[in-house]
Amino acid sequence: MATRQTQLLARTLLTPAVGLLFIWMIVPLALTIYFSTLHYSLLDPGSEAFVGLENFRYFLTDPAFLASLQNTLVLVGSVLALTVLLGVPLALLLDQPVIGLNIVRLMVIAPFFVMPTVSALVWKNLLMHPVSGLFAWIASLFGLTPIDWFTDAPLLAVILIVSWQWLPFATLILLTAMQSLDEEQKEAAEMDGASAVSTFIYITLPHLARPVTVVILIETIFLLTVFAEIYVTTGGGPGLSTTNIAFLIYSQALIQYDVGTASAGGLVAVVIANVVAFFLVRIVGRNLEA
Amino acid sequence: MKHVLGAVCGASVLLAVPAMAETTLTIATVNNGDMIRMQGLTGEFTKKNPDTSVKWVTLEENVLRQRVTTDIATKGGQFDVLTIGTYEVPIWAKKGWLVPLANLGADYDVADLLPKIKDAVSVDGKLYAAPFYGESSMVMYRTDLFDKAGLKMPESPTWDFVVDAAKKLTDKSAGVYGICLRGKAGWGENMAFLSAMANSYGARWFDEKWQPQFNTPEWKATLTTYVDLMKQAGPPGASSNGFNENLALFNAGKCAMWIDATVAASFVTNPKDSKVADKVGFALAPNTGLGKNANWLWAWSLAIPAGSKKAEAAEKFIAWATSKDYTKVVAAKEGWANVPPGTRTSLYQNPDYLKVAPFAKLTLASIDAADPNKPTVKPVPYVGVQYAAIPEFQGIGTQVGQQFSAALAGSMTVDAALTAAQSSTEREMKRAGYIK
Repeated sequence: MATRQTQLLARTLLTPAVGLLFIWMIVPLALTIYFSTLHYSLLDPGSEAFVGLENFRYFLTDPAFLASLQNTLVLVGSVLALTVLLGVPLALLLDQPVIGLNIVRLMVIAPFFVMPTVSALVWKNLLMHPVSGLFAWIASLFGLTPIDWFTDAPLLAVILIVSWQWLPFATLILLTAMQSLDEEQKEAAEMDGASAVSTFIYITLPHLARPVTVVILIETIFLLTVFAEIYVTTGGGPGLSTTNIAFLIYSQALIQYDVGTASAGGLVAVVIANVVAFFLVRIVGRNLEA
Repeated sequence: MKHVLGAVCGASVLLAVPAMAETTLTIATVNNGDMIRMQGLTGEFTKKNPDTSVKWVTLEENVLRQRVTTDIATKGGQFDVLTIGTYEVPIWAKKGWLVPLANLGADYDVADLLPKIKDAVSVDGKLYAAPFYGESSMVMYRTDLFDKAGLKMPESPTWDFVVDAAKKLTDKSAGVYGICLRGKAGWGENMAFLSAMANSYGARWFDEKWQPQFNTPEWKATLTTYVDLMKQAGPPGASSNGFNENLALFNAGKCAMWIDATVAASFVTNPKDSKVADKVGFALAPNTGLGKNANWLWAWSLAIPAGSKKAEAAEKFIAWATSKDYTKVVAAKEGWANVPPGTRTSLYQNPDYLKVAPFAKLTLASIDAADPNKPTVKPVPYVGVQYAAIPEFQGIGTQVGQQFSAALAGSMTVDAALTAAQSSTEREMKRAGYIK
């Protein structure tokens, strides 16, 4: 049992670690807040001046802001929908006993381990290229005009690439959950004469509610900051059609060299992420308590 | 006697030790063909300067700009030699970010540099960067396709001729497109081409009071012509094509015409890289009869950031890489056609070069035709042909480039793109204090 002295000792000993963590967290945030109130252009150093909230006003009234907010939400929503809707059947298939299951599983999971920049390059140049890509070749076999992905459907192209990368993650989590499903329950259902479909709807699906929640929460955190795929394939364009919040901040900071506005944008992104997380947790978080 | 020899040898080894203290130069450069070649020849420099070793950081153009700009603006000091363009040199020199190059050596022959290029890298008569290669823009076209279609390229074509020929030469079923032009967004990508083209239509970026001019009929004519031309006669996916993508397309025989940098001439006529090497003709960049051709002016140059502790060795390297001797080294190893072009008068008087470079005369004429001080028909408050040499231009140019690439991709109309370009440029110029 901890006496008052040992408690005090424990706290004293913990202080350096906690302090370090606090500094590690607070310094970048404080600096970002500080920079966000300055007119600070990298191309014109020495002209820094306090401008109050002008950077925020400037960032939020930028016509690119609303477009990129919309793109961010469309991107996150579509990828979530695609990965969960395709992840469930994929996990079901992988749950079946087939020959070479380990190799099949490995192949299915593989895209998750490819670096985002690499997969973006492969998709851009080898698959989706309108002249030399695989899809163009397939289209020409059937006498169709190849789709010029990054011109005609740039956001869809990005969504496909990102979904391809995150599908294995969803599949993996869902598969693990399925394997933890009680065999006796399934046997009982079988003995009661339930069909495969109703077993799936009434037993497997409810069992998957929690892993789906986990998939949605974790993916949302990462998908809000998708950057490499956009940077490599479309550079946010054409126009603003694939610019998301992360890319917009990048372009403020490193294309326009405007540190002040980029910092303000970074803080706006933090607020947006928190708002999204708040609602997500409210909507899907109930599943976790059940 | 033996002892004496031994003692001398020993002494010289001892003496050599402090001299061997190595200086390592870190050089940031762009991944263009001529620079890659320079890297391969580094040995020639280190042979002459055994106490210096060279470390290369080779990057794609946009990434290079970001790295170099953030490094110099935050005084990071990562690089000893920077590869920068004519846009950066005057801006950075005025800020005191660059070391003036005053000790390039007695045999460097500054007077031999082409006057247009020398002016572009000088401020107040002082050289702040040494040009490695210089370029303008010109038309490269396929002589075989022109002959087959019964067309004849004039030495100085008009846009009407180019548009008409491009449409006639397009054969989509054979994978041949009438014209390949830049479409990738960026102030140094599509906007370099489009600004030069706009100049030939009599358009300008800003009027004398720094008011953006995208709401003028001249810009509308420029962008409409460009978008229509590319829709009818351009390759698919043009809105993501930059210099290198178009080079690959042209070399693969997919473009009948290509208007781009004059340095590309040596690549498209090199049988090692180009399928169409012996079928390429050259002409001046097009005009509309207003007295300006769609020429730009650019020189990739080497400069030393202020505060570099290795400035002396860096200047030695720069002098070597941009000297006449370097040209001779490249000529001896790779042939005269592959020497870096567009910087020295003597190169254009060299019969060996003129013999193997059918594009030499037009390159020189194109560089001469571009005038950074008077880029277009109407007066402008800025210096620069395909850019305005103000710090804010990179950001503005890229934003406008995005709108125009959207117009090319068809996700925006020409009018909408011009309106958006006008309002975003106005916004930035007001914020930067140019417009009250």
